[in-house]
Amino acid sequence: MTQDLDVALLKKDFPLLDQEVNGRRIIYLDSAASSLPPHPVIAAMDHYYETTHANVHRGVYATAEEATRLFEDTRRVVGQFLGAPDPAQEIVFTKNTTESINLLAHSWGRANLVEGDVVVLSIMEHHANIVPWQMLASERGIEIRWIGIDDDGRLDLDDLETIVDGAKLVSVTAMSNVLGTITPLPTVIEASHRAGALVHVDGAQAVPHLPTNVADLDVDFLSFSAHKALGPTGIGVLYGKAALLDAMPPFLGGGGMILDVRTDRFLAAEAPQRFEAGTPPIAEAIGLAEGIRYIEGVGIDAIRAHEKQLTAYALSSLADHFGDSVTVHGPPAGDDRGGVLSLTVEGVHSHDVAQILDSVGVCVRPGHHCAKPLMRHLGVAATARASFGLYNDEADVDVLVEGLAQATTMFA
Amino acid sequence: MADLEELYREIILDHYRSPRNRGELTDPAAHRAEGFNPLCGDEVLITIIVDDGVLTDIKISGQGCSISQSSASLMSAAVKGKPVSDVRQLIDTFKTLMTVHGAQLEESDVEIEPVDLRSLGELAALQGVVKFPMRIKCATLGWNTLTQCLDDASL
Repeated sequence: MTQDLDVALLKKDFPLLDQEVNGRRIIYLDSAASSLPPHPVIAAMDHYYETTHANVHRGVYATAEEATRLFEDTRRVVGQFLGAPDPAQEIVFTKNTTESINLLAHSWGRANLVEGDVVVLSIMEHHANIVPWQMLASERGIEIRWIGIDDDGRLDLDDLETIVDGAKLVSVTAMSNVLGTITPLPTVIEASHRAGALVHVDGAQAVPHLPTNVADLDVDFLSFSAHKALGPTGIGVLYGKAALLDAMPPFLGGGGMILDVRTDRFLAAEAPQRFEAGTPPIAEAIGLAEGIRYIEGVGIDAIRAHEKQLTAYALSSLADHFGDSVTVHGPPAGDDRGGVLSLTVEGVHSHDVAQILDSVGVCVRPGHHCAKPLMRHLGVAATARASFGLYNDEADVDVLVEGLAQATTMFA
Repeated sequence: MADLEELYREIILDHYRSPRNRGELTDPAAHRAEGFNPLCGDEVLITIIVDDGVLTDIKISGQGCSISQSSASLMSAAVKGKPVSDVRQLIDTFKTLMTVHGAQLEESDVEIEPVDLRSLGELAALQGVVKFPMRIKCATLGWNTLTQCLDDASL
């Protein structure tokens, strides 16, 4: 396993990086919002549309058979990547992480939660892992409990046993999309299971960047999106243990999710088809598989090692250049720190920071990052977030620093 | 960079650093409205006093980027002491600047200045915003909130 990625070579696989913005080489530092697709992903989807396109699970002609084979093969590719014991039964395709969690809340939540039941979230969740549970809470009268964070932005696990006591479900992110904090999942999952709670992990940020094995973790459900994992928009994944998915009622109704329909009733299909009503995103599934193959080709351990090193370089470079005038929220560099840097620049609003960075070709995201409870906890309205992918290097960080210097000068 | 300098004109930075009419009117007769930009988390609270059809006082509080804060500050200076009918006219003119001017830019590279730009005075400094469509919502936040405030009070 190689630890040093040849990033200059990798960059050539990403067509979007081969262009200029405002007369400058584009520096893409927004992979936490959406990653860039490499050429093989785009080519695989084009090839499918040019040679194979047909609806799946229906036709018996050659291209329909091939489309179905490619679509179903993605379950195997995703399942093996996640370490799922039984990919054909346990990988459900959704629209994105948000829909995966809504599926879980609607289907598992409605079937299993009654008034007074407890769902545990952390304060650093994305709105996608908050609002579906709040919707259920107002409908069902369930209670939501929160795991807090400490001053470094790590989950405060001192009272974990008390918080999860009596809970039915614990749903936490594997990595914060604002702080870059990596959750100690084994600790959380073990305590939750001891308390009799199931665990859902929001893997949107972690799955593309950190080794994630659902069997080793013994996690019950896990969600992620293709478009943050070098794949296309429009497809996401819900992993669930086979026995749990088998016991869950359907989510959306329609074609493809039934065994039989009569005028007075319907019989739902087995999982995972039970949760996949309507024509699925076929080309997107093919792109998802290709994105994962690309990650596996580079090596998830090598990606993590590279991004960890790059994060350490960025944190130290920002501290050297700006001292206290630029705050990076979240833990210091280390094993529990991913490549997401939320910046507060003294005297400059994140919107203005992002605008000035755009003038030197740097793409970052300003705002609250769909994590308003966390932002309130941090006492900030908005941050400018730079986030890394396997295609970023130290030269990219240097341009970020150059742009931030311009911002501090302009607003001085 | 030319576009960026046009966006961050000195007068805009000045109003951002030293916002005019900052605060909140506590007079029970004050009308109030809150505005939010859910995309970036900008917030603005506007309180006004209207006496005999004239907007005699205005205070603005909240937080946000230089464009949203300076636009609201410039607005407060422009509307204070004016009859409500003139205020509504000014709001319309400003919002036209933000929409029509932007649409014209799509058609051609030549800048076409609306005739009534002169009537905007210092507010014309915000015309650089239209080249950055995502920032138009920042510039209009205070104005939409003032409209809301007048509408709520049936003024």
